[in-house]
Amino acid sequence: MPVEIDIAHVARLARLDLSPAELESYVRQLGVILEHAARVQSLDSGVSPGSDHPLGLTNRYREDVRRPSLDRDEVLAQAPETEDGYFVAPPAMGAG
Amino acid sequence: MNRLTIAEAGRRLRSGLVSSVELLESSLDVAHRTESQIHAFLTIDREGAIASAELADSELAGGIDRGPLHGIPIALKDNMSTRGVETTAASQILAGYLPPYDATVVGRLRNGGAVLVGKTNLDEFAMGSSTENSGYGTSYNPWDITRVPGGSSGGSAAAVAIGSALGALGSDTGGSIRQPASLCGVVGVKPTYGTVSRFGLIAFASSLDQIGPLTLTVEDSTLLLSAIWGHDPLDATSYPEKLPDPASLLEAGVDGLRIGVVTELAGEGYEPEVEAAVADMIERLGAAGARVIEVSLPTVDLGLSAYYLIAPAEASANLARFDGIRYGLRVDGDTTETLMARTRAEGFGPEVIRRILLGTYALSAGYYDAFYGQAQRVRAAIRADFDRAYRQVDVLVSPTSPTVAFPAGARVQDPLAMYLSDICTIPSPLAGHPAISVPIGLDSQGLPIGFQVMAPALGEAVMYQVAAEVERLAGFDAVPQIAEVAS
Amino acid sequence: MNWEPVIGIEVHVELMTSSKMFCGCAVEFGAPPNTNICPTCLALPGALPVPNRAAIEAIMAIGLALDCDVAPQSVFHRKNYFYADLPKNYQISQFDIPVCSNGHLDIEVGGEVRRIGLERAHMEEDTGKSTHVGDGGRIHAAESTLLDFNRSGVPLVEIVSKPDMHSAAEARAYAQTLRSLVAELGVSDVRLEEGSLRFDANVSVRPAGELGLGTKVEVKNMNSFRSLEHAVDYEIRRQVDLIEAGGRVVQETRHWDEEAGVTHSMRTKEGSSDYRYFTEPDLVPMVMSDEWVDKVRSTLPELPAQRLRRYIDRGLDASLAGVLTASSPGLRELYESAVAEGAEPRSAANWVTGEITGWLRRNELDETRVPLAGAQLAALLALIEEGTISSSAGKEVLEGVLAGEGSPEEVARARDLIQITDPSALRAAVVDVLERHPQAVADYTDGEQKIVGFLVGQVMKSTRGRADPRVVNEIIRAHLDGSEM
Repeated sequence: MPVEIDIAHVARLARLDLSPAELESYVRQLGVILEHAARVQSLDSGVSPGSDHPLGLTNRYREDVRRPSLDRDEVLAQAPETEDGYFVAPPAMGAG
Repeated sequence: MNRLTIAEAGRRLRSGLVSSVELLESSLDVAHRTESQIHAFLTIDREGAIASAELADSELAGGIDRGPLHGIPIALKDNMSTRGVETTAASQILAGYLPPYDATVVGRLRNGGAVLVGKTNLDEFAMGSSTENSGYGTSYNPWDITRVPGGSSGGSAAAVAIGSALGALGSDTGGSIRQPASLCGVVGVKPTYGTVSRFGLIAFASSLDQIGPLTLTVEDSTLLLSAIWGHDPLDATSYPEKLPDPASLLEAGVDGLRIGVVTELAGEGYEPEVEAAVADMIERLGAAGARVIEVSLPTVDLGLSAYYLIAPAEASANLARFDGIRYGLRVDGDTTETLMARTRAEGFGPEVIRRILLGTYALSAGYYDAFYGQAQRVRAAIRADFDRAYRQVDVLVSPTSPTVAFPAGARVQDPLAMYLSDICTIPSPLAGHPAISVPIGLDSQGLPIGFQVMAPALGEAVMYQVAAEVERLAGFDAVPQIAEVAS
Repeated sequence: MNWEPVIGIEVHVELMTSSKMFCGCAVEFGAPPNTNICPTCLALPGALPVPNRAAIEAIMAIGLALDCDVAPQSVFHRKNYFYADLPKNYQISQFDIPVCSNGHLDIEVGGEVRRIGLERAHMEEDTGKSTHVGDGGRIHAAESTLLDFNRSGVPLVEIVSKPDMHSAAEARAYAQTLRSLVAELGVSDVRLEEGSLRFDANVSVRPAGELGLGTKVEVKNMNSFRSLEHAVDYEIRRQVDLIEAGGRVVQETRHWDEEAGVTHSMRTKEGSSDYRYFTEPDLVPMVMSDEWVDKVRSTLPELPAQRLRRYIDRGLDASLAGVLTASSPGLRELYESAVAEGAEPRSAANWVTGEITGWLRRNELDETRVPLAGAQLAALLALIEEGTISSSAGKEVLEGVLAGEGSPEEVARARDLIQITDPSALRAAVVDVLERHPQAVADYTDGEQKIVGFLVGQVMKSTRGRADPRVVNEIIRAHLDGSEM
């Protein structure tokens, strides 16, 4: 069963700036992999999904207690751009 | 020759035959002679390691003994956060990143007196089975430097195989510890999900990832695992109860144990020499007193498909944080959106991009139920298969990898063929169960063959019990030539 | 055509736990930028979340206070979208199994009580803060964005109403009532100006009488109750005008511009938003056992609805009970302790909500700290009840007591306010008044009975309020009817 993929949309969702040639190559590879992966659909869908913790853990919390934060200078030293204790990014949205 | 194990090094340290600094120097010397061919490491922290080794020596001299890892050179897969030591997960997107904190396992190794030699190579973000997806160049197999060491913990497996560390930590998501252990002829363990803290492990697929030891011997494996596992309040998936002693049954043998042979993990795609070696070992286990039973895991065939939906789906979210804002690579753009999209396209390698796209697709509106949702059902069905099997048997066995180490470049162009390398190692993590790979011999080309023992959740003791017997029966003591030359 | 607005409100409440939702960093408003950050809330590679138990109990408390069902089992999901102030580029939130669902909140608008349904309340984490700098600080013209992650990971409860409101006034009343409820629970400081309480409104219109819903528009960026009301009002008018002019409402998010008093369309973030929700694999399910829910329930303070019912059961009429219910905790405490000291509940309520509230406001005093003990108020009311002082003298006594002049009785004595009840002591004053108002006396003789009130008032005045009006009334009538000349 061939799989239908809007690769440009997927790349946009994943925030990946890929060229048309790259998109073309990825969509072919994804098609092959997904065709194989689509075999999961052969399983009876009556089984309920198994995303629970294998050891059945529930209710894991921390108490409302403060722990020391990181040293700001050490953290900001890793950032590509900073200003007065802030991380800096370009404006949020283009005109289009 | 006999290779130095963690257990033996510990005995020599305590009897004063050797110092930690000498152990470290020997490891660094091996690395120095072999790295140009093997490329097991991305970073060697020579200064930090020497300081730790000196401290370990002076502590021992002063009567402070931190346990079995005290003064032992250990390597870390480079997807574990080490404060102040570059940590990249083999991705260009993290080039130069110096974490401001230590992973929990790193803290435990330090507290245990281990000497951290450096950070080993891997497939970028642990996505791969050969280390060829590293953003910093491939590692090579010490048994044949034209072949891959397996992956993704290929650097850790190679380092232990040649002795540039006496033990190493890797991470296993779908086989990333056991498959390279198999291909490099060392012992590799994926522990029960939730027993080793993931805090500080750069996530690939959170519901599957688990850190584990790579060592020369089964005994060493229990020593390294004991040092790192146990509850961590910083990981909400960490098991809060007391854990069993993994080494309690090492000498118990297999008499009376029920060993299940998984019918589905054989046949087409399996190299005859691998199948023969595994069959021979099973026969010997039977001769040693085990009851060997054929067991079927009917849905295990769907495991690979489910894995290649679940893991990429989780990865697509886990890797979203690499965006060029707070750390790592930035490729500029006029807007935040452009900056992020360019940084990510530039900083991630093709396999990582492929899996992010795959996972994003599997979760997206209109496809979720058919792909991700259905994969989770397969996962539940596989768990149910295992539960049924473990009512019949104590452990399950299979080859670790359908093939021995394959030539570098052989599968790079064919992602699906590469994914098939993980066919035997994927079921255990899907169920959250422990599994080990033990070397049982070399094939006619001189390449190691691994034997996998799978056990139910928290069944580490019985897993090691069988593995120890496999190790005794195999009597595997070959050393890669490059290591002999080096030493 | 007549149009009916349909409004639903989403409220985000920042909880004032000591530490953040998933890490131990301090929850603190106004700290220097990026000082309350750690691997988890900054999304450093390898960091993991661990949920704060106090936050889970706080959302349970909110849910119980809103009569919600608390789910026996609930899970976190990842909500995936890229934004610079969202460090993981996914938000840990909840999707199909929120902690709380199906509740309601009663609001009062124009003297009428309306029940607003609640869809759900779920737990999530806040984002960091972006400051857009550059040309005029406006989003579209900004040159760069400064990012502060102190707020990243602060626990956030999102409360989603059903589309049960039909006017801007109802929307406002809902938001205000919810705010005071959350404030009483003590789980948030609900400061609109600091953003610890934020609302978005979903507005649509439909022809009156129809049941289907029109296309809804989400309106954001209202930072006061007033602006919420104005924004909703504006949006209703905009949609009606648009439809009546032959246009169609588009489903979108609009931004309220407080200065201009209009809503602007916001460009959508991603072509079409697809959040790709999936179960958060770093966390395990939450199981809310009956025992746990009961334990949280037992810590709840008395809630407004329960309090209103209790006041009415005590004999207060609905309107007085409503005013008292909405009074400050300090005033309500005064009321409770006065009643406990034996004060008659209705007059205690009247004094607390009337004279005492008035005095505090006149003196611009904090209503949470009332400088009057319940025993003092009870004693004052007893003096009035026994007729020792008149009701009007009571107000003066109150002033004295509040001014620290002593107990009500001491003040009454010191200020010479003890009521004169002895007829012989009042006769002279009555005769004096009758002599000075011959016209009134004549009117009474002509049958104008009501004039007695006027004359009583004059006697009260001449005795500075100390005379017992009942006794004065009797003496006057006796005089005028000639029984005593």
